[in-house]
Amino acid sequence: MIPVTYYLILSSILFSISLAGIFLNRKNILIMLMSLELMFLSINFNFIIFGNYLQDITGQIFVFFILTVIAAESAIGLAIIIVLYRARDSINVDDIGGLKG
Amino acid sequence: MNLELYVFYLFSLLLLYSSVNVIISNNAVKSAIHLVFSFFFSAVLWLILNAEFLSVILILVYVGAVMVLFLFVVMMLDINVTAAREGFVKYFSVGFTVFISMAGLLILFFNRDFDDSENNVLNEIKVVSDDNTENLGYVLYTEYLLAFEISAIILLLGIISAITLTHKKNTINKYQEPGEQIEVKREDRVKILKDKDLE
Repeated sequence: MIPVTYYLILSSILFSISLAGIFLNRKNILIMLMSLELMFLSINFNFIIFGNYLQDITGQIFVFFILTVIAAESAIGLAIIIVLYRARDSINVDDIGGLKG
Repeated sequence: MNLELYVFYLFSLLLLYSSVNVIISNNAVKSAIHLVFSFFFSAVLWLILNAEFLSVILILVYVGAVMVLFLFVVMMLDINVTAAREGFVKYFSVGFTVFISMAGLLILFFNRDFDDSENNVLNEIKVVSDDNTENLGYVLYTEYLLAFEISAIILLLGIISAITLTHKKNTINKYQEPGEQIEVKREDRVKILKDKDLE
């Protein structure tokens, strides 16, 4: 039996890596989206860890729903990126500020 | 000696390695491949945590569908790699500070003694058997039926919005426009000529 703290520290480090990834890849919105996927993965990790710790299957049900929502989110996000690339010819985050007042 | 612990250490190190590679790789295809690897490694860790069904779903749905979508988009867009890298050095200190502070805060919060006794077990939801998939299906189709249907609607919404966003209107082919057909009046099509007009 592995202590639950080990898993929690692993998911914390994973979350922090993906948060740093959003800060580092300011020019490439695709890698920002990938960092978002990693962040969701670490959140799902937490749900499964506590579901296993409390012997309650609700944690896994939540992960199930989160997975469907992320699938829809990434499909829409990639569609938006494609539309953006057609309009602006780049996926630089700085070029998206067209609606700024 | 303790095989479970060794497997945990091995796959968590691999997971951290590949997730670091996702954010620092200078090629978007490499990032996507490393993301696939990190999904694989976390699926192994979910197996240790008794979530068999979800680990299989993670590989099938994520590696099979979502990451293929990502790779497809990466290869479809012609990204200038050097332009995408500029600002990395500039933001490196900010990113590193965010990483250290966030990880320190979370580890400080989570690094406490969770007692592994049976006192904390919640038994509100009955489980039907030892099979993880069977339990999950039982709970999903009874307690969480409404949420399940709402998630189906969300997926439908995702399909519709992704198609309408990226669909280009076809201008080459001829097609019917029912609205215009209905709106046609008699005067647009019929012209009555008198005999004297013909002469």
